[in-house]
Amino acid sequence: MQNRRETLRQSAVVAGLLASTGLFPQWAHAAFNKAAFETKTVLDAVKAYGPGSIVESKDITITGPDIAENGAVVPLGASTALPGVKQLLLLVEKNPSTLIAMFNVTDSIEANIATRAKMGQSSDVFAVAIMADGRALFAKKEIKVTLGGCGG
Amino acid sequence: MADPMRIRAQASGDKATVRVLMSHEMESGQRRDANGKLVPAWHIAEVTAEHNGKVVMTAEWGPAVAKNPYLQFYVKGAKAGDKIAISWKDNRGDTRRDEATVS
Repeated sequence: MQNRRETLRQSAVVAGLLASTGLFPQWAHAAFNKAAFETKTVLDAVKAYGPGSIVESKDITITGPDIAENGAVVPLGASTALPGVKQLLLLVEKNPSTLIAMFNVTDSIEANIATRAKMGQSSDVFAVAIMADGRALFAKKEIKVTLGGCGG
Repeated sequence: MADPMRIRAQASGDKATVRVLMSHEMESGQRRDANGKLVPAWHIAEVTAEHNGKVVMTAEWGPAVAKNPYLQFYVKGAKAGDKIAISWKDNRGDTRRDEATVS
């Protein structure tokens, strides 16, 4: 029978070994960027992932409804045909936290992602593509929300 | 343990469309309960997608992704019979992993 102290000590040793061999589970690598999800502006959220500025681009597409009846479920999509996309971000400007989701894009998938978001009120919605060369390109679209989805 | 995800992967041409429906509360952290106390955020934070065991996409999600999240993406070069696996981890440390075969 192990007591708690022994268990803790052993797991600490195992964690240390894993860290030293670089065999830590992939979750440890994909450390959740908490700071990015606490930002209040589009630019701050993008900055949390590196780029210092964003540029509007016709090559980025954001898809979503013009009017969302229910702010709790708003279908949003971000896509681009440009090569060399590293990350795709979806952001809602007037949500309590701007960043909705960040996707790490690899060469094995198309830079075309769709999901559903919550929106507290009518707002501009941004799709940002962070490129391998460090540029951040964005497209935006206004979505009117009839019924908010954050609060209640 | 959360309910299983529903994953559909359909090959068309040189790519496969993957659609995932996850089962998760995705509590926003903005809502108040009957006593006026904030309900803490509870959301899927990390998502990983694999194609035949190779990671093709990872994602970080905030609490503003809608309840029972939907995700759609396109895997290049995936054909019928290939395996697509999706796993997620929420901010309480709960995890879930499901697999589907491309049709």
